[in-house]
Amino acid sequence: MELFRDLFISGLTKGSIYALIALGYTMVYGIIALINFAHGEIYMIGAFTALIASVILGQLGLAGWGLLISAGAVAAIYAAMYGLTVEKIAYKPLRHSSRIAPLISAIGMSIFLQNYVQLAQTPNFLIFPDLVPEIDFLAPIAHIVNKNQLIIWLVTIFLMAALTLIVKHTRLGLAMRAVAQDRDMARLSGVNIDRVISATFVLGSALAAVGGLLIGCYMQQIDFYIGFLAGMKAFTAAVLGGIGSIPGAVLGALVLGFAESFAAGYISSDYEDVVAFVLLILILIVRPGGLLGQTQTQKV
Amino acid sequence: MTRESAHQTAGLNWKRELALSLLTALWLGLLTGPLLVCRLNPTDGSIVYRWPLLFYVAGGGFILSSVWRLLLARRNLRRRRAEVALQGPKRTWVDLLLASRRRCQGLWLVMLFLISLPFWASPYTVNILITALIYITLGLGLNIVVGVSGLLNLGYVAFYAIGAYTYALLNYYFGLGFWLCLPLGALTATILGLLLGFPVLRLKGDYLAIVTLGFGEIVRLLLTNMEVTRGPRGLANISPPGLFGLDLNALVKPRLLTWLPLDPNMDMNKVFLFFIMLALVVLTILAVFRLENSRLGRAWLALREDEIACQAMGINRVRAKLTAFALGATWAGLAGVVFASQVTFINPTSFTFMQSVMILSIVVLGGMGSIPGVIIGALVLILLPEELRAFADYRMLLFGAAMVLMMVFRPGGLIQSVRQVYLYQPAQPPDKGQS
Amino acid sequence: MSFGGLLALDQVDFQIGAGSITALIGPNGAGKTTFFNCLTGIYIPTSGTITLNQPSGPRQLHGLRPDQVTTLGLARTFQNIRLFNDLTVLENVLIGCHCRMKAGLLGALFRDRKTRAEERAMAEFSYQLLDRYGLGGAANELTKNLPYGAQRRLEIVRALATRPSLLLLDEPAAGLNIGETRELEDLIHIIRERESLSVLLIEHDMSLVMSISEQIYVMEYGRVIARGTPEVIRNDSRVIQAYLGEEA
Repeated sequence: MELFRDLFISGLTKGSIYALIALGYTMVYGIIALINFAHGEIYMIGAFTALIASVILGQLGLAGWGLLISAGAVAAIYAAMYGLTVEKIAYKPLRHSSRIAPLISAIGMSIFLQNYVQLAQTPNFLIFPDLVPEIDFLAPIAHIVNKNQLIIWLVTIFLMAALTLIVKHTRLGLAMRAVAQDRDMARLSGVNIDRVISATFVLGSALAAVGGLLIGCYMQQIDFYIGFLAGMKAFTAAVLGGIGSIPGAVLGALVLGFAESFAAGYISSDYEDVVAFVLLILILIVRPGGLLGQTQTQKV
Repeated sequence: MTRESAHQTAGLNWKRELALSLLTALWLGLLTGPLLVCRLNPTDGSIVYRWPLLFYVAGGGFILSSVWRLLLARRNLRRRRAEVALQGPKRTWVDLLLASRRRCQGLWLVMLFLISLPFWASPYTVNILITALIYITLGLGLNIVVGVSGLLNLGYVAFYAIGAYTYALLNYYFGLGFWLCLPLGALTATILGLLLGFPVLRLKGDYLAIVTLGFGEIVRLLLTNMEVTRGPRGLANISPPGLFGLDLNALVKPRLLTWLPLDPNMDMNKVFLFFIMLALVVLTILAVFRLENSRLGRAWLALREDEIACQAMGINRVRAKLTAFALGATWAGLAGVVFASQVTFINPTSFTFMQSVMILSIVVLGGMGSIPGVIIGALVLILLPEELRAFADYRMLLFGAAMVLMMVFRPGGLIQSVRQVYLYQPAQPPDKGQS
Repeated sequence: MSFGGLLALDQVDFQIGAGSITALIGPNGAGKTTFFNCLTGIYIPTSGTITLNQPSGPRQLHGLRPDQVTTLGLARTFQNIRLFNDLTVLENVLIGCHCRMKAGLLGALFRDRKTRAEERAMAEFSYQLLDRYGLGGAANELTKNLPYGAQRRLEIVRALATRPSLLLLDEPAAGLNIGETRELEDLIHIIRERESLSVLLIEHDMSLVMSISEQIYVMEYGRVIARGTPEVIRNDSRVIQAYLGEEA
């Protein structure tokens, strides 16, 4: 029973991180039908930026929760900037081309960013300090749930609530939903398409960056390659849940997190990574649109 | 006259352009600041500040931003003009080259040159050429799937790996030779292609892409973790292809050394492999050419253009997709077997997602759906990095940038759409030629 | 035919005679194209049967895939032209010949005598077909360069290449001017004679419908509200109400 509990908790944690990244994938796909391969790299850049920011801000005297939050803010802002720039360079010029051109461009951008960080920083691991301060009331159950896990869950829930609020109750959210449904009609209705798309990238990137910060604190190390792995898994999660659907991304991420955790615990940790892709193929066979995706009957 | 063309004739607004470039330079400097300037020391966590880099970025950004906007504006203008004009099947220099009467003679010369190559070039050259030929085969195989049929396969490397590992395993555990394993490797890959294809081919384009990507990763992960494939330790001592059990190095080499400017370090097995691969490539080109210009090839084109209309023409789309998919897998399997015998040691690190990206780039950047395009794409992608050894560290960086730039400015690839169209001359048997 | 909770086709009952020209009319959203899609296998009807009478006997079409339906002799054109734009006119028609050809993978690879003869024959046939209906000169043009009227005609010729016994035309006159519509009318008559098939068309152009049809079916909200000759339909009160609202 203890094993189950531990696996459940670690699955929930993983799923939360995947959710933060998967949301970016699903929002971008919903709005411009593009698989943003570079998104995983944004997550990684967020982690690196958070690390650098934490060192500098630490030297300037910040500590504890203040340091954590400000490092997160800096990382989110920078990730948003990167997301905007990537969109402007690699995706915007290709908005009216075939399906495969943006895909290749996205892959190229992903390769570029990965190597950029590798060359700019280091190909080796970097130690990431645990920036999360001690939480006193957690002490008695610290062996079950540690502070990092708790923070990850709380932050994820908070950010998802915030995102849902934005999408459902603000004008921007309305515009986003409109553009996702029918771009031309939205434009004719006066929506500034460019700004909406940029906003989508900003939101998605910021979420991923926070995920990067949190994973850094949790695993206490990062390297330039984490974006690729996490990105693929998170994207698999988004597809699993039904790409384009925000609740789908979260659901898919949680399903994936749990599946991986339990597979690693009960079967073998070697095959942990295989679980994601096998799960994807199985679910798409049964439900070609993903778990929450709508199978659209074609208009002929 | 529209507002836009009025601006163009009036000339550039210099102040605006200057301001934009300055802003971009500032933005890029700010953006790359943390990661580029503040280099973290992995061991002690301290930061080394490299301020000069900031100025390089700002300066470079200023220049590149201007160039970028200029090229982008020209591209958009070109596109707008093209939309109005009638488009014919495009003629490029490759068209003209292939259409000339001297085509056959030219090709014979190239063949002669290639055949003579191992007898005077260095072993390194021969080795590189074998790799190039392997990638040409891979590119042509993937071209059928992606270029002609429009099926996005991001996990093509899986079939390549299956072919290679089939030979390696059969050779390692059972001592089976190259010639027996060549068809076996291809067969295994084909079967797995069909198995993957069945459940997956009714998925929409982007979903198919991700699932094939996943499949590629599954294969790699399984190969890394299964006992029988010896994981990362790999399989070594894979036998090169034999010629009736003769030891080519002992028997043939000494004779040739006296007559030809043969490099004494040349491994005759590699030379044999080179000729095998050359033959394979010729056969592949022939096969792909015939397939594209057949009833099946037309069905694939219809599939790519419009699936609904394709079905309305009586084409079983599942069967067409499966055939394309499986055939693509067959060629990857063949290439895999040759690869295994070329490098004599394989492990899962040779078969990553990056490989799939490489092969896909060959098809897309070389020129989707065109045979000469794929060949040139493979040559460029394989031979160019070797020439640019000095920039080795920046190779992948440049590759990524090249992919983005190619898609923005030349999405048709290096050799744009050189597709043979079916030309009909009435009162004569139909002529297939370029128009 | 229902989509989830939406009943798109309600007790639709059609009889199409051999060699006849039948029209299906009705306001937008009546279910006309849905009906076509059911006939051609794009949708599988949730209830009902579809029977195609052939020389070899009646054949159930229910549940068949679109390509199987076409092979059995039921061809169609589309409301929004679905031609293969990057291929030439001849290639489009050649693809139409697909279901009447035999060459497979082996034939493609080895190009044996039988395959080559078949290719030649089909190319010849396609060209003759194009020529017969006035598109011979454009045979080597890229389809996307054709003017609109020619594209509409090409779609019909392409469907004819599948040698159907029943031809479904989905709004063939959409976007055509009066002269072109006259040509279309003649075309349909010629096709019916030359290719000995039946025609079922969805149309909004009443003059075309009235002058060409032998039978007219009128649909509204998924139901057939009237059927009969053009004379009968012209004076049917339900039809007038459906098109013009209350009794005019």
